Amino acid sequence: MNNNPFNAHDADIAWCPGCGNFGILNMIQSALAELELEPTSVVLVSGIGQAAKTPQYIHAHFFNGLHGRALPPATAIKASNPALTVIAESGDGDMYGEGGNHFIHTIRRNPDITNIVHDNMVYGLTKGQASPTSGKGFVTPVQCHGVTSEPLNPIALALSLNASFVARGFSADQAQTKEIVKKAIRHRGYALVDIFQPCITFNRVNTFSWFKEHTYYLDETHDKTSREAAFKRALETQKLPLGIFYQEEGRPTFEDNLGIYQNSPDPLFKRSIDVSRLNATISSTFGC
Amino acid sequence: MTFETHPARDDVSIVLAGEAGSGIQTIESVLTRAFRLEGFHVFASKEYMSRVRGGSNSTVIRIGCREVRAWTDRIDLCIPLGAQALAHLESRIGPGTLVLGDKTAMNVDHPIIDTCLTAMAREAGGPIFANTIAAGIIWGAFELTLELLNRAIKHQFSGKAPEVLQTILTSAQKGYGKGLELRHSGAIPIVLPGKPESVHSLFMTGAEAVGIGSLSGGCNFVSSYPMSPSTGVLTFLAGHAHDFGVALEQAEDEISAANMVLGAWYAGARGLATTSGGGFSLMAETLSLGGMIETPMVIHLAQRPGPATGLPTRTEQGDLDLALYAGHGEFPRLILAPGNIEQAFSLARMAFDRADAWQVPTIILTDQYLMDSCYDVKEFELSDHHPKPAIIETTTDYRRYAVTEDGISPRGIPGWGTGLVGVDSDEHDEQAHITESPHVRRRMVEKRMKKFAAIAREALPPDLYGPATASHLIICWGSTLEAAREAVKRIDSPDVAILHFTQLFPLPVAARELVECAPQLILIEGNATGQFGRLLRSEWDIEWAHRILKYDGFPFAVEELQTSLEFVLEREVQP
Repeated sequence: MNNNPFNAHDADIAWCPGCGNFGILNMIQSALAELELEPTSVVLVSGIGQAAKTPQYIHAHFFNGLHGRALPPATAIKASNPALTVIAESGDGDMYGEGGNHFIHTIRRNPDITNIVHDNMVYGLTKGQASPTSGKGFVTPVQCHGVTSEPLNPIALALSLNASFVARGFSADQAQTKEIVKKAIRHRGYALVDIFQPCITFNRVNTFSWFKEHTYYLDETHDKTSREAAFKRALETQKLPLGIFYQEEGRPTFEDNLGIYQNSPDPLFKRSIDVSRLNATISSTFGC
Repeated sequence: MTFETHPARDDVSIVLAGEAGSGIQTIESVLTRAFRLEGFHVFASKEYMSRVRGGSNSTVIRIGCREVRAWTDRIDLCIPLGAQALAHLESRIGPGTLVLGDKTAMNVDHPIIDTCLTAMAREAGGPIFANTIAAGIIWGAFELTLELLNRAIKHQFSGKAPEVLQTILTSAQKGYGKGLELRHSGAIPIVLPGKPESVHSLFMTGAEAVGIGSLSGGCNFVSSYPMSPSTGVLTFLAGHAHDFGVALEQAEDEISAANMVLGAWYAGARGLATTSGGGFSLMAETLSLGGMIETPMVIHLAQRPGPATGLPTRTEQGDLDLALYAGHGEFPRLILAPGNIEQAFSLARMAFDRADAWQVPTIILTDQYLMDSCYDVKEFELSDHHPKPAIIETTTDYRRYAVTEDGISPRGIPGWGTGLVGVDSDEHDEQAHITESPHVRRRMVEKRMKKFAAIAREALPPDLYGPATASHLIICWGSTLEAAREAVKRIDSPDVAILHFTQLFPLPVAARELVECAPQLILIEGNATGQFGRLLRSEWDIEWAHRILKYDGFPFAVEELQTSLEFVLEREVQP
């Protein structure tokens, strides 16, 4: 898709050749184009890490902030201008480790943003340490005797917090994952798409073939309106399900709940302070 | 029993004390309103322990014929609700202090005027009525108009059921009767000052002034994590968020709060986070991000004594160094510190335009004392000020970090214009693309640093109170202003003037000559090391003749500043 308006033609990409990030970048650009969005209406927000560089390679607005802190600015950007399509994108270390607290509370808020997490179960930019999703026993230069902590299960965690959209994709399955991403962007509310991705440099365990062997797609027998069914699938360990685990439509978003958009859809930058009202408030509150 | 009669004063100081939860705050609101209805200038401030129930808290109310706006140690009339409360105030009870209370409950040497408060409260329906009875006693003791007290009570308890309100009014009236009785018996010889011709129409706390100033400055996004003593600003804004279209959220932590504020500014809103030292420490990395991505942010830092949890509900000016140096790397910032309630309003308002104009982290530095103090102030001029958003509509060739003469790149936002707006925490080129080019790095560092000059050029000059020729120049900042002014007024010497800084960083160069030429410089700061003194000395050619520092968690009282200054001036303490 060379004429994709989201392609950044001059990007100097810093990823290893063959990295799963390329597939994710490609499918996000395609998803945005197929949804017929304009680059000027899309903001990508990321933290720090290899995955967090993705916004640099997409022709759209971007806010590449601090490690672990993509979700708070993403929430605020959407709250300040709900007409924007906001995507928070980073890796598993950024979203689930450094930014774990924000992950939890952003889900509770249910802002209308899409949260894409590149999940390769290892740290790339800092060269090969364990991530929150690394499996037990995974040996790294720091976890020399293997990871001993329980791996974080982002799908189960998001479901436990009653996320309104929870899905998992796989970077190598571009067509399927792109459709999931499109549904996530269209979903009105917080949408998590955890995307499995092999790290060809630092993860020799969770390789392309490992993911192929250890995943399967949820089919039409899965009731994605049932949180209970979704939770059951999320806890499977033999083979890890891919697809949409859960979606609840119609729940009020964070922006709805702010109580400032009922009377006007205007973004905050178009509004100005009502001076006469402020005067009246001052007199009634602080006058005698 | 006889009591020492009081010399005629311009003001009377009443202190109420009791356990947390005993209703001290309620009487403060009722009495301050009632005294204002009577036509006096009124000041109130509180000191309280970090607990929800129990302990000992107190509130001081000063009533004046002239403006009263500072903390005093002197107590003219003390109403402790319980023995512990009296012990709490022991050091401030002087020979001239009248203590009203239950003799049976107070086992102290100081003479007590018996009010039978406990019995009266029991009669009225329970201990919860003790506070309104006490308010009534005070009112009667000064022979003030009961109707005005009733009006203040009705205002305070407007949400209560009619029968509850009636019980409260009745209990206040009983107290009032008791107060009149005490007055007529000669037990309370204190005379209120004469009434001024007019008083200022508004009465608010420093926290409310910061809130109003923020709204007036166009603040329309707030994200914060509650932390004393900054929470008052959050609470105030939360109460008015819907009315003024403010997106307001209680964040999961201060890191989130600060990052949300940056996100809001990036998208064209005007964001504020209000916090105290501990929370501000958590925001340090985000402050650095604000410096790098040149997205404005406004942080209100209400200081309390540290380190760590320190004294959570008390006051100090100990976080100037934190505000100055928080955040890794080198980047410009602006620090504003209001000295009184008018300035809390005007500087909070100004912070938003200035942050926007220079695209720098802007810190409003206050403290617990300023947050929790209130007095009457003149009406604010609102119509002369309209927020000036410094954002532009972008074009397709827009570059967020275009290098300009003064280092300030026109700021576009996503959603307005045909250009794309990228901001990046990594070193970046003009289009926000990540770079490691030494050449670009140098250009970008220099571009960011140029903003220092722009901020310094328009720095707010400090305010001079007194003659520029005074031999002793007091330098202070923040909430010490009003106590220093009153102390200097009492000393009444042409040898002393005050130079109060409202912009702490970058330093206002315009004041340099005055400071460097002053024969004797006296520093007043509410911290142990003289942080602002150190900053001034590191940038300007000065020596401190004297430093008056305080770090016990309490604000400077007028008397103690007066004593310290008189000592400095080698004058005898006046009787």
